[in-house]
Amino acid sequence: MAAKTAGDSLVVAGTAYRSRLLVGTGKYRDFDETRRAIEASGAEIVTVAIRRTNIGQNASEPNLLDVLPPSKYTILPNTAGCYTAQDAVRTLRLARELLDGHALVKLEVLGDAQSLYPNMPETLAAAKTLVADGFQVMAYCSDDPILARQLEEAGCVAVMPLASLIGSGMGIINPWNLQIIIDRVKVPVLVDAGIGTASDAAIAMELGCDGVLMNTAIAKAKDPVRMAHAMKLAVDAGREAFLAGRMAKKPYEASASSPESGLIQKTA
Amino acid sequence: MSAPIRIVLNGAPRELPAPLTFAELIDELALAGRRLAVERNGEIVPRSRFGAEALVDGDRIEVVIAVGGG
Repeated sequence: MAAKTAGDSLVVAGTAYRSRLLVGTGKYRDFDETRRAIEASGAEIVTVAIRRTNIGQNASEPNLLDVLPPSKYTILPNTAGCYTAQDAVRTLRLARELLDGHALVKLEVLGDAQSLYPNMPETLAAAKTLVADGFQVMAYCSDDPILARQLEEAGCVAVMPLASLIGSGMGIINPWNLQIIIDRVKVPVLVDAGIGTASDAAIAMELGCDGVLMNTAIAKAKDPVRMAHAMKLAVDAGREAFLAGRMAKKPYEASASSPESGLIQKTA
Repeated sequence: MSAPIRIVLNGAPRELPAPLTFAELIDELALAGRRLAVERNGEIVPRSRFGAEALVDGDRIEVVIAVGGG
């Protein structure tokens, strides 16, 4: 696409990605829909969860990683469902074994099942253990600028504050906090959770976020494949607008776009 | 052939013939060739060790795969 700023890539842990949209793989009707939506999103990094295999399941049953091969996508294993640092670390060690030593991971340690809000003391503790163990940690976090900076100091390669609750589709509740995090944190800042529709993603990017991670907004749209495409356009548009630099807001001062002279009615 | 071993596999008790390596367990479960990871009593069992390591009575085994998630 000619309009997209050349060479503008998202760099996470030293690797450059063309797409700033990261997508989850949950909640789709089937693997075919998953594959088509992810293709339409243009995402290069896709999240997966780690779960017990169903013992006795049909061995010919398709596997998610057959549909989304690690040779084509950067697989980002998550720790969804973990409520302690210990469980999160254990899950990601299994993920690393499963993915042949792959170090890039999404850490999320939840605080409560109702809100799925992150437990930040546990998240920070897990981040320190994982970084010491050689992981490259992208951390889901609250939109607290101090905690985001502490995650950066702990060695996280990206911080991922929530826009609003996971799966809520409520958009960006607190753009002001996000702005502070973007201004103060040097590693990439990605909005993770709460995006509902394309404008939410565009706003995140216009604020200066380095990327957006979403799952439900695409998977639970009436037409997930089409919404995936909309999100791709929104992330690109928001990024372009951020790089272009928006005009100043002038709440009490109109400014005509057309010449104020040469009007045919002005005869006097 | 020694006495069968009792293990806990993905949270469920299970009795298996012994001796049994991890490679044989994976075969037994019809999971050979699938992308998975195995943990024994909280410690990773690397795939490279599947043929050499044998299960022991009382082992708590987890076999995990990647599934859809956000």
